[in-house]
Amino acid sequence: MLKDILPTSVQNMLLETWGLWNFALRFFREVFKPPYNLNELTKQFFQIGNKSLGLVGITGFIIGFVLALQAIPTLQPFGATSLIPSMIGLSIILEIGPVISGLICAGKIGSSIGAELGSMKVTEQIDAMEVSACNPFNYLVISRVIATTFMIPLLIIYADTIALLGGFIALNFVSDVSIGLYFRSVFEAISISTLIAPVVKTFFFGFTIGLVGCYKGYNADKGTESVGIAANTSVVISSLMVIIWDMLAVQISNLF
Amino acid sequence: MSETETVIDLEHLKKSFGKSEILTDINLKINRGETVVTLGKSGTGKSVTLKCIVGLIKPDSGKVKVLGKNIPDLSYEELQYMRKKIGFVFQSGALYDSMSVRQNLEFPLMRNTDLSAGDINKKVEEVLNDVGLSKAIDKMPAELSGGMRKRIGVARTIIMNPEVMLWDEPTTGLDPETTRDISHLIVRMQRKYKVTSIVVTHDMICAKIVSDKIVVLKDGAYSEPGTYDELENSKDEFVRSFFEEVENDENAELTNYQPSSIDKKKYRN
Repeated sequence: MLKDILPTSVQNMLLETWGLWNFALRFFREVFKPPYNLNELTKQFFQIGNKSLGLVGITGFIIGFVLALQAIPTLQPFGATSLIPSMIGLSIILEIGPVISGLICAGKIGSSIGAELGSMKVTEQIDAMEVSACNPFNYLVISRVIATTFMIPLLIIYADTIALLGGFIALNFVSDVSIGLYFRSVFEAISISTLIAPVVKTFFFGFTIGLVGCYKGYNADKGTESVGIAANTSVVISSLMVIIWDMLAVQISNLF
Repeated sequence: MSETETVIDLEHLKKSFGKSEILTDINLKINRGETVVTLGKSGTGKSVTLKCIVGLIKPDSGKVKVLGKNIPDLSYEELQYMRKKIGFVFQSGALYDSMSVRQNLEFPLMRNTDLSAGDINKKVEEVLNDVGLSKAIDKMPAELSGGMRKRIGVARTIIMNPEVMLWDEPTTGLDPETTRDISHLIVRMQRKYKVTSIVVTHDMICAKIVSDKIVVLKDGAYSEPGTYDELENSKDEFVRSFFEEVENDENAELTNYQPSSIDKKKYRN
């Protein structure tokens, strides 16, 4: 028996993966079933998107600014200052922007969903919805996962834009490149086909962050301690998943 | 519909959690309009039985028939349909924190009925009036006291006009006056809406006020049902022990027990 051979930690990890897989299957089974909670969906779009703008924006700006500041002393001695905008653009749009913003969203949004649903579970609010024939999965999980799936890519595009602006401001300290020339250099280095993988992976980031947060919160055990555990493990698992999706996206895009 | 129609029928119900056997052989029949109070020590499975009836917990074996349907055999959709006929009042009230009282009450109606906004509003006002909290309509759950939260929990349940009501410790944590208020509220709701009820409680004041029959849960099985007066004089010492506690409390009240008088004695000695 596998149960006797495998250590408890591995068994727990397999059970967790199985639970998450079944939760995802239930999501796909129920996502198109009525009732459609447009009010709740709009509310979640607002909560997830609008309330993360500040954090994601500031982080994006700092990433772009620091990236440019570090690139300038390295490339300037070789007379390659003109390559800095394209280097910043490629780094931010293909890799750093999506991954760092994804991790920030996993921390902020994943923990908030995990804690919210966890506390609803502990205080029997989810059970109360269940017994009053108001399918809580439909109302709570589907709206949140759809909102993260579509909102996190938008947040990442926003963070990338701010990061590029941060890079421009840093570059302006050492050269007199205009904003038009800067962005032209950025986009000359990027073709539409190179954009597919970084854009598609952000939808996977969003889906995973929402799904993991909901799964951990929805299955919180009894007791207030489990609310903290739900929030914490949501962040840990979804951050790990963001890195894994990123690695897979790079591997798959290299095939084409 | 005959007066003696069995609405809830539990047959040889068993439930274990890991190695711990909680319910070993639960048998109970409840007729339409009856109110049965379940007594028992903490952790003996009183709430587990209620959760089996409403389909929140699946029993290991046995039958849980509600209105003729065996709950564990139902599909999720059939169970949801059945749950519209069963009301469950949680110990904590379980109000939705992010919604106002009005939204809490509207929620099940908006999800389960085709009523117009005007009709929903009327029903909300009617049930709030029933539980005596009309003025709390626009408050948030965090602004309500424990007793008020329980009343709103009751209102949210009765708004769906259930045929069966399951009350999980409705008076726990409340002062004696509020306990009596809530107990009388249960009786009023039963008379007005003609529901069949199971009330899980430790509280003998509540049991005395609301019960038609009482059963005591011991070692995972129910004792023979009886009225309050019958069980008060039961030959079973365990059953009688619940009622003796009340007598002791009543005696304590009769002797005008006051903590301050005890304190004075203690200091004199």
